[in-house]
Amino acid sequence: MVFLDLALNALASGIALGCIYALVALGLAITFGLLHIPNVAHPALVIAGAYAVVLANMRGIDPILAALVLTLPFYAVGLAFYEFYARAFERRGRGNTLQSLTLFFGVSLIVEIALVVAFGTDLRSVSVPYVGRSFELGLIVLPYRFLVPALLAPAVILGLWLYMTRTHSGLAMRAVAHDERALSISGHDPVAIKRHAFGLATALAVLAGAALVIVGPVDPFAGRVHLGRVFAVVVLAGLGSIPGTLAAAIIIGVAEAFVTAFLSPSWAPGVAFAILLGTLALRPNGIFGTAR
Amino acid sequence: MSAIVEIRGVEKRFGAIRALGPVNLSLQPGERLGLIGPNGSGKTTLINCLSGLFAANAGTIVFEGRDITQEPAHVRARMGIARSFQIPRPFTGMSVIENLLVPMDYLPIEAGAREGRAMEILSSVGLAGRRDAPAEALSQLELRKLELARALVIEPKVLVADEAMAGLSEGEINDVLALLMRLNERGVAIIMIEHIMHAVMRFSQRVVCLETGRIIAEGLPQAVAQDKHVQKVYFGERAGR
Amino acid sequence: MSWRNFLLVALLVAAAGMVLPRVLENPYYFFAGYVVLQYVVIATGWNILGGYAGYTNFGTSAFFGAGVYTAAFLIKAFEAPLLVQVLAAAGIGMLLGLVTGYLTLRIQGVYFAIATVALVVVLETVVHNSDYLGGASGLTTIAPPAPAWFAGPTQYVFCVMLVLALVAVGIARAIEHSWVGRSLRAIRASEPAAEACGVPTLRMKLAACAISGGVIAMAGAPYPYYASHVDPLSAFSLTIGLNALAMPLIGGTRSWIGPVLGAVLLASVQQITTVTISSEFNILAVGLMLIAFVVLAPEGILGLVAELRERVGRRRATT
Ligand SMILES: Nc1ncnc2c1ncn2[C@@H]1O[C@H](COP(=O)(O)OP(=O)(O)OP(=O)(O)O)[C@@H](O)[C@H]1O
Ligand SMILES: [Mg+2]
Repeated sequence: MVFLDLALNALASGIALGCIYALVALGLAITFGLLHIPNVAHPALVIAGAYAVVLANMRGIDPILAALVLTLPFYAVGLAFYEFYARAFERRGRGNTLQSLTLFFGVSLIVEIALVVAFGTDLRSVSVPYVGRSFELGLIVLPYRFLVPALLAPAVILGLWLYMTRTHSGLAMRAVAHDERALSISGHDPVAIKRHAFGLATALAVLAGAALVIVGPVDPFAGRVHLGRVFAVVVLAGLGSIPGTLAAAIIIGVAEAFVTAFLSPSWAPGVAFAILLGTLALRPNGIFGTAR
Repeated sequence: MSAIVEIRGVEKRFGAIRALGPVNLSLQPGERLGLIGPNGSGKTTLINCLSGLFAANAGTIVFEGRDITQEPAHVRARMGIARSFQIPRPFTGMSVIENLLVPMDYLPIEAGAREGRAMEILSSVGLAGRRDAPAEALSQLELRKLELARALVIEPKVLVADEAMAGLSEGEINDVLALLMRLNERGVAIIMIEHIMHAVMRFSQRVVCLETGRIIAEGLPQAVAQDKHVQKVYFGERAGR
Repeated sequence: MSWRNFLLVALLVAAAGMVLPRVLENPYYFFAGYVVLQYVVIATGWNILGGYAGYTNFGTSAFFGAGVYTAAFLIKAFEAPLLVQVLAAAGIGMLLGLVTGYLTLRIQGVYFAIATVALVVVLETVVHNSDYLGGASGLTTIAPPAPAWFAGPTQYVFCVMLVLALVAVGIARAIEHSWVGRSLRAIRASEPAAEACGVPTLRMKLAACAISGGVIAMAGAPYPYYASHVDPLSAFSLTIGLNALAMPLIGGTRSWIGPVLGAVLLASVQQITTVTISSEFNILAVGLMLIAFVVLAPEGILGLVAELRERVGRRRATT
């Protein structure tokens, strides 16, 4: 009975956790999965998003509402950032991996330090009415501060998936990942499409940030623990697969929850990475991706 | 005479798309083979399977009577299969002559004789004057010459020139053709992939035409050029340009 | 620089290092100098894979930490001498490099970079959960006393690190000037072209990964002796991963001089500024420098110098 109780709760919190991881990984699924830009700064941007939400919340605004509004300025920042990146590398035609990785690595450090300078290193959190209360169903007890952001994930992913498969610009975005030349022949500007995609990915960072800061308090360096995990999600999902991102994130979330419940929380951080290393070694195309 | 290269039922898929095959093709020692076909018809893919950069999804490749399907690319190169790349891939960060020393490190050539051999090859392609230039500084023509020179270093038995003449002037095309002819006279079998029709027709003893990954015509240059199917998929498209 | 000159300079540096402790009284210089030299070893090791072959290792601290904990383990279990610790750490580092490389080097470089990030967390988690190695709170390592010839343990470990630095630079230089270095450069420029030229790219990358891992782990081996205490946070510190990347990039990745230059410059500045400025600004400064160099001078200081020389040469030629 204790076992069942433990297992059911691990499953429930693992799925919730996975949804939140998916939200954090979504931006990277676009930049890395579709555009092949190794944006290691994404987790740091997510944390920057969380802090922006904290600021809004201090004025009494609901974090999710605040995040939705903040997607606009974040989108703009993404556009500007991509422009800088493209000028620095892509258009000069010498964007090798080492250099772009280094650039994003430097950017993530700067974002972190900027947060330290502005907010200090203390933990920051938001206040929402449902913190402290839990959803109960039979043996399962799930705090609302997990459940609410977890529900945000499927909604955002569904929206993004519809956008990518039903709209003209969404389709163009997926096409740019496959054949840039064909796209430019058909009258599109690949750079504009990529810029838009990068903006979208950055806008998603603030939604993910809101989710994270509702779950628990954050500090400026909170992105680091997520870095390897989100890459694990994106790689496991198969590059560029949006629904795969959710599935892969849930797999990792559940695995972590079970390790936490049955082994020890201190082993949990290693789980995602072990899965990542395993995937890279055995199925580099991911479990949901097709070979390219 | 028995074939030097034997390609049997080779296929290559990218995800759900079959880019190549099944293809059957053989090459005689010392033969000059032209490989033509519209853009995206699988010419480069076939060469990548032959040189080992892609693992074929099906079929076997035999070189000098030995099954090399499982051999990695560097082993095939050392056995004598050389290729140039359609988009030149120079070793940047090195001088022109050092580019040629890379393959030599894996050949049984005495250390003292290497520079001399490299210079010989550089002169034969007309790059001797650029010996110490960094690879980044080369012009498009020079890059194509470097591609060829680097392929020649391994003293290949089979050389594949993937669009070695794209973007060159009429005079430069003649230079490259003459160079390939001279090589061929020394017994090197050559596969020439080319969109420049008159060059392929002049050079080849036999021409093979690919379309959407399959061979649609094969034979003497004139016969292939006259083939209805070839004219439709190939020259039809060309004429429209 | 020819081999003879290189050896001459190396001997001179070594001799100066041995004599210095007799002349300089204040042990602080050796305490700080150790860190600078440690970074020379790390940056040089990183550059063998990252610079020559073009494979970014973000997980330098995994290799460094492996070295630190190998040495700590040997001290605790056997009170092994420092030389044994260094050799064992190098061996473990090579093994770690081989395994990581084998798992990830067959696919694109980006995945390798990501996998190295993962490696740090995996190793850190293992150490966290190992009671024998002290878990999260770490382990106090009481090192055997320094040989009588040295003024003190700090001076001793400084000289050890100096020797390691010379060894590391020697290895890097030997690779760079041999066919191995040439093949690695070919891999960096274009892997398919290298394969087509007969270069066994996977084998060469594995070799580079193993040597690089061995050298970096070696840099961690004297740390327990130096600090008398090891814990996961400092052994797997992000600063090490960052500096390992930044130093070669700022100095220049094409030649062994680059990482040495970058390490001496950056580490010295850091040693001076941590006394006066907060460590956050330290990281910020490194981050900004990294971006500036990557965008404006991707060949580092060496590239700038070469450009300057060329420009001067051209001006001379015209006048
Ligand atoms: N690495 C790859 N991944 C996915 N698809 C590929 C890859 N390489 C080639 N293809 C696809 O395989 C098909 C054949 O391409 P290939 O490059 O062999 O054509 P080609 O005949 O050489 O054309 P061209 O004359 O333009 O050089 C094309 O549809 C191309 O998009
Ligand atoms: Mg082609």
